[in-house]
Parts: sequence; structure tokens; C-alpha cells
Amino acid sequence: MSTAGVAIDAATRVYHLGEFHRFHAGGAHFLYLVPAGAIFAVDQAVGKLIDSLAPAPLPHQQLIERLQAQGVDHDAAEELVAEMYHANVILAEDSAPEKPQALPEAFPIQTLVMNLTNQCHLSCQYCYEFGADKVATPEGKPKFMDLETAKTSVDFLLAESGDRRSIHITFFGGETLMNFPLLKQVVGYASERAKEQKRNIDFSLTTNATLLTPAIIEFLSENRIGVTVSMDGPKEMHDRLRVFANGRGSYDIIEPRVRALIQNHRTRPITARVTLTAGVSDVIKIFRHLKQDLGFHEVGFAPVTASPDQLYTIGAKGMDGVLEQFHALAGEYLQYALRGEAHGFSNVSDTLAELCQGVNKSHPCGAGLGLLGVGPSGDIAPCHRFVDSDIHALGHISKGINREKQADFLRRGHIDSKYDCHTCWARPLCAGGCHHEAYVRYGDTGHPNLHYCDWIRDWTNTCLEIYGAIAAKNPAFLRQFAERKAVQ
Amino acid sequence: MRHMRPLNQKAARIDGYVESRTEDVAALQNPPGGNQAQRPHVPMGCALMFTPGWEVDAAGGTAGLCQPVERDIYDCFVSCYWPAQVPDHLNNAPDWNSKCAVATKDWQKLDLVFP
Repeated sequence: MSTAGVAIDAATRVYHLGEFHRFHAGGAHFLYLVPAGAIFAVDQAVGKLIDSLAPAPLPHQQLIERLQAQGVDHDAAEELVAEMYHANVILAEDSAPEKPQALPEAFPIQTLVMNLTNQCHLSCQYCYEFGADKVATPEGKPKFMDLETAKTSVDFLLAESGDRRSIHITFFGGETLMNFPLLKQVVGYASERAKEQKRNIDFSLTTNATLLTPAIIEFLSENRIGVTVSMDGPKEMHDRLRVFANGRGSYDIIEPRVRALIQNHRTRPITARVTLTAGVSDVIKIFRHLKQDLGFHEVGFAPVTASPDQLYTIGAKGMDGVLEQFHALAGEYLQYALRGEAHGFSNVSDTLAELCQGVNKSHPCGAGLGLLGVGPSGDIAPCHRFVDSDIHALGHISKGINREKQADFLRRGHIDSKYDCHTCWARPLCAGGCHHEAYVRYGDTGHPNLHYCDWIRDWTNTCLEIYGAIAAKNPAFLRQFAERKAVQ
Repeated sequence: MRHMRPLNQKAARIDGYVESRTEDVAALQNPPGGNQAQRPHVPMGCALMFTPGWEVDAAGGTAGLCQPVERDIYDCFVSCYWPAQVPDHLNNAPDWNSKCAVATKDWQKLDLVFP
């Protein structure tokens, strides 16, 4: 019989180290407790205790003596050991084991991503919807969503979101604005239905900005619709892959439109989303251009999702360079934060928000859980990246979610089924990484994304150091994250 | 906790848990969240007037009191109804203090209650 959970006399315990990640920042010492996702600032005595136990497990009395030998008096040592034991920094045979997280029986959705069209007049080579690694099978399906399907989707969201007070619709494509008339109708219909039910609804969209007009910008601003622009930096970088079908770059078309959007959309911050590829990886230059020259409020970066043999895939060397620049920008972010100013590098702020909550994810993201995608045909997908893919469809909007397929998707993506992740201290935030990326790389949405483990750990450590330094020197800055929802 | 300072929401919850396991039980005498040194167990309202109940012995505890515990909670019966584990005047022991006209004189007449 296991003794776990049954308290035994402290004096008979044999301790070993629990699972944590140590880091230093701003001259202070910190622990990130992995199974909990908790962050603590710790004093030197904790360091002595950890060092005492690092070589091998020790019985209670020997541990106390080891601490006394390092200048901790007896009572203080007893108190320290008790504290560390109850916080699971050190474990004994009666420590409660980490429980596997059960799949939720029912999880009301919060966000619906509506792909209003699968058409786009750009031909970006890396596009996951049309590029070489596409998972979509759009043949024979509608290219544009019709009003009937859109209304059914909104009703579906309202019904499947349970008693959530706030719900969210994200418009996506293809190029979202190619179906702007429908977008307008959906905003009107959904707002009305939400109002009837006394619930809050808000909207956002992603666009390549080519079709923005003053009238559209005014509509987006009036309806508080959040806008993310897919944009890869200054002209020479942006035009490498974000091109029209004839190969001409799209920068000159979107630049004036983006400026007009940022100037005239006053109700929500405007975000740029950069896809980093082999030729487009000068992070700092891209950030400066988008943030300072064009005036985006936030700029977020992600390496392209692609199989390793694509020419535009960033190799290991290129990724090291990217990370080096991420560090430089992160350092800049910290300086801004210490002055209480917003910097705009959203890769940092998104991670800080999750660290602030202490998330410990069962799944890498909300796909198939609190978030679903809907394609123009009304097929339900785990997220927008799987829209129009027959093998990933989780049912149809008119018939509801196929619970069996959803359960299968969630079981595969669950952290407990990713054995490689179980010894990694960064798993509370990463949980194995993007389902879609895993499918493209390994052919299984539940495969951990082993090709970027080192980068994830490096980046998580960087963000922990920033979090620690801010907590030590300007804790008020972190308050904004306490109210912000970590996982959309 | 003395050696670790919680910095995020999850850490704050662990902090609360560890406190509950490592600190002594602190009842009415300390305001919640107060970080004061431990004081004798003297409930609020004690000893300003004579109410049999809420007494403490010379050591600041209740173990050395010579009266049965029911007498120690007379105040719960009279002025502050406490719905459990005391002789309750609403249902089960309406006459408990019928022989105790003046508490300062008659407190010894508060007898044990046998349910």
C-alpha cells in the first residue's frame, strides 16, 4: 500500500528534491515550481537546503545537521525544512504525488474562429492553408461562407458557451476582408443575439491589410473590432514571401493602409504578427520598423510552421540567431517595464501573463477545448489552422461537435500522453506545443514538438528572469497581467 | 512563509497552504492576515465585565479552568447565540439559566447539560 498522502512523523522522513527550475535575476534568487507553475523569490537558506540535497536524498536528522553545519541554527533549520516540504520544494515518501489532469467532461467554448473565406489574393509561399505543407482539403467545398452558415455558427457559439458571460468571435480566412459584407452582418447579428442574452461579445480579425478602406477602418473602430495585421517587416523582408500571384510584393499596397488603420482605429490596440522565415529573421530590424516607423501597439513573432526541408524553414543556426535577438528585445522590454512603460514586444507580455497566473496547461492551447474553428462549409475544426481539413474535422455546425473525435483530439494533445515532456521543466507553459505544427512535422497532432524544446526552455527562462526582475524592482507593473486572461 | 515570497497567483495559493500547515492555529485574537507575534489565547470581549465564559486560566489557556465547559460558554447562550455545541436556548435548553438570575452571584448554578 502506498503511504502517499498519509502524514508520517517528520523525523522519519527521507527527503529528495522536488521538481523546480532555479533562476537568478536582478541580484535575487528564484524558484519556479514546475508541477504547480508557482514562482517564489527565495532567500539564501533555501539555496543551502537545495545544495545539501542535490547529491543524494537525506533523512530528516541528517538534513538538519547538514544545514546546521552551514550556519543555520537548529530551530531555523527545522522550520525551513517544514516549509520546503509543505511547498513541495523537497519531497518525502508521504508527499502527495502529482495527479494526472483528467479530460474535462464538458468545457464550454469561449472563442469561435470563423473562416469567412478560404480564398486569398496573396500567394505567400509559406501559407499553411495553401503552401506545400497544407492540411486543408478544400476541393468541392464552398469558397465563401454564406449568411445561413454564419448565423448558425453564431447560434452554435451562444449555445455551446454555457454560462460564460463573455464570448469572442475571431474572423479569419483566407483573407478575411474578401468577405467583408458577411463580416458586417455577423457583427450585427451576433451583437444583437448576445444583447438579448445579456452577455458580452467582442470581435477581432486577422488580415493582410491589402483591402482596408477608410470605410472598413471606420466600421472596425466603431465596433471595437481588434485587428491583427500579418506583416513581415520592412519592404525588402516583407516582399520576399508575402507576394501576389504574379510574384509582386504586397508591401507598397499595405503600407499606406496600415498607417491609416493605426491612425484611425482608436478603440483597440493594433497588433502586427510576423512570420519568421530563413530570409526574414532580422527580428530587431523588423520590430523597429513595425513599432516605431509604422506605429503598431504590439508586435508578435513566430517562426514559420513548415516541414524541415522547405527552403524558407529556419534551421537550428538561424533559430539561434533569432533567439539572440529575442533576448536583446526582451532586455529592452525589461527596461521599459521597470520604468512602467509598455514596450510592445508581445512575445514577452503574453508569456508574462501566463507566468503571472501560474498556468499549468493540460493542453498547449485552447484548440478543441475553449476555442473552435469553423470553415466556410460549416465544418468544425479544432482551430483555424485545421479548417477545411477532412481528417481533422470535429463535426459540422448544423449537427454539433462530434464528441468522439473531439475526445480523441484532446487525448492525443494532452500533456500526460506526451512522455517526452514529463521531465521538462517548461511543460506547464508549453505542454508540447502547437497541435498543427506537430501534425506538419510529425504527422500526429499529439506529438510533442521536439524540434524546438531547447528554444522553448531558453525563452521560458528568459521570461522568468524578466518576471523575477520586475517583481523585485517594479511589482506594480505586473498588476496588469493579474486581470488579463492568460489563455484565450 | 519565511524563506519564500510568492510572486504569482499560484504561488500565493501555495503560500496559504504552507501557512496552514506550519503556523499554529490562530483564532479570534489576531486579525486575518496580521503578521503579529503569537499572544495568549484571549478571545475578544473577555474580562471587561463578568460573564461566565471566555475566561482563561493563569497561563492564558482554558485547560486549567475548574468549571465544566458549559459554564465557560454561558455568554454564547445569553447574548450571542451559537448554534452548535452549546446549550441552545431556542430549542434544546431553554431553561438552562433559569436558576441563574444574576450571573455574578449565581454562576455556579449553571449546570451541566445532558442531551
